[in-house]
Formats: sequence, C-alpha cells, structure tokens
Amino acid sequence: MSTTPKGKVIMIAGNEACAEGALYAGCRFFAGYPITPSSEIAEHLCRKLPRLGGKFIQMEDEIGAMGAVIGASLTGMKALTATSGPGFSLKQENIGHAVMAEVPCVVVDVQRGGPSTGTPTLPAQMDVQQARWGSHGDHGVICLSAATAQETFEQTIRAFNLAETYMTPVLLLIDEIVGHTTEKMVIPEPGAIEVVNRAKPAVPPAKYVPYAPTESGIPVLADFGTGYRYNVTGLCHTETGFPTNDPKRIEANILHLTDKIERHRDEIMRWKAFRLDDAKIAVFAYGAVARSARRAVIEAREAGIAAGLFEPTTLWPFPYEAILETAGRVKAFVAAEMNLGQMAREVELGAKCKAEVHRVNRVDGDPITPKQILEKIKEVA
Amino acid sequence: MIDYYEYIRAQNFPHIWCAGCGDGIVLKSFIRSLKKLGIAKDDAVMVSGIGCSSRTPGYIDINTLHTTHGRALAFATGVKFANPRLKVIVVTGDGDATAIGGNHYIHAARRNIDITCLLYNNYIYGMTGGQVSPTTPRGMNASTAPFGNIEPAFNISGLAQAAGASFVARGDVYHVQQLDKLIAAALGKTGFSLVEILSPCPTAYGRRNKMGTPVDLMNWLKDNVVAKDKLDKMTEEEQRGKVPSGVLWDVEKPEFCGEYAKLVERLKTDKKKA
Repeated sequence: MSTTPKGKVIMIAGNEACAEGALYAGCRFFAGYPITPSSEIAEHLCRKLPRLGGKFIQMEDEIGAMGAVIGASLTGMKALTATSGPGFSLKQENIGHAVMAEVPCVVVDVQRGGPSTGTPTLPAQMDVQQARWGSHGDHGVICLSAATAQETFEQTIRAFNLAETYMTPVLLLIDEIVGHTTEKMVIPEPGAIEVVNRAKPAVPPAKYVPYAPTESGIPVLADFGTGYRYNVTGLCHTETGFPTNDPKRIEANILHLTDKIERHRDEIMRWKAFRLDDAKIAVFAYGAVARSARRAVIEAREAGIAAGLFEPTTLWPFPYEAILETAGRVKAFVAAEMNLGQMAREVELGAKCKAEVHRVNRVDGDPITPKQILEKIKEVA
Repeated sequence: MIDYYEYIRAQNFPHIWCAGCGDGIVLKSFIRSLKKLGIAKDDAVMVSGIGCSSRTPGYIDINTLHTTHGRALAFATGVKFANPRLKVIVVTGDGDATAIGGNHYIHAARRNIDITCLLYNNYIYGMTGGQVSPTTPRGMNASTAPFGNIEPAFNISGLAQAAGASFVARGDVYHVQQLDKLIAAALGKTGFSLVEILSPCPTAYGRRNKMGTPVDLMNWLKDNVVAKDKLDKMTEEEQRGKVPSGVLWDVEKPEFCGEYAKLVERLKTDKKKA
C-alpha cells in the first residue's frame, strides 16, 4: 500500500476520500447525478463546496452533468463529476467533447456490475475497456485506478494534476468495494502533495492562438471572460479553434489527440511491484482485487512459491513495456479481475507470448478472494 | 450606424447558411442588442448545440462554445454557475433544444438560471436534410415524414413558461425591429429568458412543402405572425392560423445563481451545521 504520509488521521470511505482529494487538488466545481454506488461523492461535496467558495449542482441527468463540468472548466475552475456504469455510458459523448476541445476535468466511475442496470450495489471492474474506448473516435485516454481510501485520495489529486497538465479529461476508476470501504486514511498537510494548475497564456490576446502547437504538444486555453476570445468546438478544428474540412488539418487534429498522450506515456504510466523481483508467478491485479492479490502473494510465498504482484495504478495508457519486461522473467501471469478478462487481453498483448497469461475472473458481484488467486497460483506454478 | 465588423469574425465568412436562411438576420439582430446593452465582448459567452443555428458562434467575436447535440444549455449552466459575472447566451434550434435536448431545456427553465436562450424554430432538422422535428406542424412533409407528419407539435414558448422561465418571447426574421427589442429585453432580464425565433428553412422545409421562394416564406411570416396585443383584439375567425408574437410572459422570480449566493451567505452565519 501507499507509504503513509504525515497529517491528520481519519476513518473514511473511498468515495469521501475521493471528494477530499478533489478539494485538496483545488476542485471547486461539482456537477453530478445520483447513482449508486457513487452518490456519496456528491453528498460529501454538496456540504463542503458552498463553504469553500465552490459550486455544487445536481443536474437533470448524467449527460448534463458532464456538459456542466466542461462549461465550468472553460471558466478556469477545476471541475469534477462522479458516476457509475450506466452514467459512465451516458457521459461518453461529452467526454469525447472534452477530449476534442482539450478541456481538463475529472470523471470518477465507481464501478458496479453491468451491462445495463446490472448490479447497482455490487462491485465489478467491467468499465475498464469502456474507459479506453467508450467515446467514439480515435484519441488518447488517461485512466487511473485506486485500491484503498488513501490511494483514492491521492489518485484523485493526480487525476486533476494530469488533467491540468495534459489538457484532457482524466478518468478515475474505483469500484464499489473501494468506494464503500471505510478505513484509515491520512489527510496530508496542504502543500505536502504537489498540485498542478493549467498554464495561462503567455502572449497578449491579439497574438493568442488557442490550439497553437507548443513544445510539449499541449495547448494553452485561456479562461473565458479574461479577454482572450476564442472558439471551442467538438468539430475537427485548426489551431485557431475554428472548424475545418481540410484533410491535412483534420488528420493533424486527430493525430494530435493520440500523440499528446502517447508522447508523455512514461510520465503518466505508474504501477506498483510487490515482491516481483524474483517472482516466477506475477499476479496482475488493480483496484479492490489488488488487495486480495497482495494477500495471495504473501500466502504463496509462505507455501514456497515465488509469487509477486504487478499492480497498475494507471490503467490507460497501459504499461505494455513493463509487462513485456516482467514476462521475460516469470513463468506465468495470473490476471485477476472482476470482469471476464478485459485487462488480461492487454497483459497478453504486452507479454508477447513470453509468459503464459492465466485468468481469475468473477462476475457474480462477490469480491475475488485471496484463496481464489492463491489456488490459481498453485495450479500454474 | 453600427459597425458589424467590430463584432463578427470576418475571416470565417462566407457563412455556411443557405441563401434565404434567416439565421444571419438573427445574428445581426443579436449584435445590435449586444451593442444597445453595452455588453462587452469579453464578458459575453455564446454556447450552442448542433445544427444550422448552432454554427452562429463561429461568426461572432465573443467567447464561443460549440457543444454536442442538445447539450448547449447544460454546458451553459456550467459556464454561468462557475462564473456568474459572464453574460451567457445559448443559441439552439427546435430539434436541438426540444428533442434531444428537451430535458436540459425544461430544467434550465425550471432552475431559472440567468441564461438567454435564442431558439431558432424552423420546423425541421435543416442541417441533416429535412427530417421531421418536434415542431413540424401536423400534416407537413419531411424526409422522415414523406406521407405527412402525424404527430402534434410542441409549443416551444409555452413549454418554457410552464417549466418556470421568467421571460418568454416569440419573434421572427421578418419583423426585425420587434426582434431587436425582444432579444434586448431578454438579455436585460435576470433569469432564464427565452426568445423563440421563427426562421424558416427554404431549402429543407419550404421547398419540400411547396411553400415557394424565400421571399414567399418571408411574406408568410409578414402575414401570419401577429403581435399578441393585436391578435387578442381580433375575432376568432381572424385569429385562425396566426402565430402570436412579442413578449408572452415576463415575471420576477428567484434566479439560480443568486439563490446559491444567498445559500453561501447563510452558511457563513450558520456555523452549527458545519
């Protein structure tokens, strides 16, 4: 788990930890719509934001909440929305708008089982591929994961930092277990964790071009109402922000949306290794399942099996290179997920047949237990 | 005389609208209203959805946000609520606002958030080629109602009024002096203000329904859109087929951003619930 920072120790559930992380990151705008198991994020922020100079609004639907978040961000506010599977589906079109228009914001999905209404009160990890491919059109995606309240707090801050750095919506996927588990957390002192704010234009309005190429590839969008008048659109556009039908410029626009994430993937990708150095069996797990996987690794070691844990905390971009490197050292991966193997496919892609990829899957709404993972480790060792 | 070049993005002209379209008339009327009220270009934000009228932001030199189909009012709610100092105008169409965006339309009105909504009603989905819309009159033809529309039409203005808007008006692109007054009045109002603007589509609606040239459509507006006061004095026989125009509803009621500001103030003195 995370190295414990210094600060106030509290008992908190993951959803409230997410809300606190957002506040720590400087988020002062929340728009949402009630949905289990994420509603506590809204319920926490509706009490806090009005006292902190912030804005809270419960919108008429999930789509509207996503739209309001994008509108608020364009005025310079750090904005958040939170949802679960069905709402995540509804938000996808407007998430795509934020991608295309390069508007920073954070979307939290507290995963439950699907498809459709599925299992509103039970955990799942069935939205991990929707996070990557849910909105139509080619584009890069940043998606984070968290396994504990502490991590949820920290990953929410990181989500805002990445959004503000790369001018893109950032997705944070947790699950019902993480969202609803009350556990110990340390709220760090203000300033203990770095908080990033988006760049401001360095040129006067007359010379300002909103989507002008920069060294980092990331545009500088001025806040509405500050004298920099420009156009924001979901249409393919040139660096001016105005629509284009020129094939070359359409291509440049689309390539940019993938490139701006891919060229920074080393800075964005993070994963944790637990007893992986000499491991022969690498368990691949994220979110709540990583908690069971850690216990399974310890028990496997006690039984004399060299097991380790590969835990991605950035789901997208996916750490293919690190998986390949691990595949060269281990006999097999055991990919444990509360879905039918959505990320195991990515592990297979990364491993390039240098190691077997075995799966532990569960879609009945019950958590994957350490025992289940341990049995698979013993079976394939 | 007003210098329109001060307000337009001339580099983006010629515009995409068809010959005979009324949308450019509304653009100029809106510019005159901005000028009349002395609203600074830096302080104005225009938010639009998808469709012909929703391409207006590309042509006007203020802060502009072209969003997704039907969602302009949701995005605009975020802009306005985040920074209430900004003057927020939504430009939308009958399909955009009352079909796919119908939920945002009624809730923006219910909330009575301080947004001016210019809703261009051309009775059709123009940009996509003339499909039937929620305001296509019964019996009229559309590419997806080739045997005549069997559905009743929405009363756009009535819908906003019933949902809670504090200002509702209807104008058209023939009676332009009246339109100027209505848009200016809406911009001057605090609360959700709607101006339904009848702006016929000669290409996708008039032609399909054999309504003649763009001039014939203008003459239809001239003869059939009648100021509400004048219409009220007509006999039932004379009123038949006429469309009332002017300010249809104008009341004072609490505005959303103002109510939120009051809540924030109340919490400052109410420490108990901290």
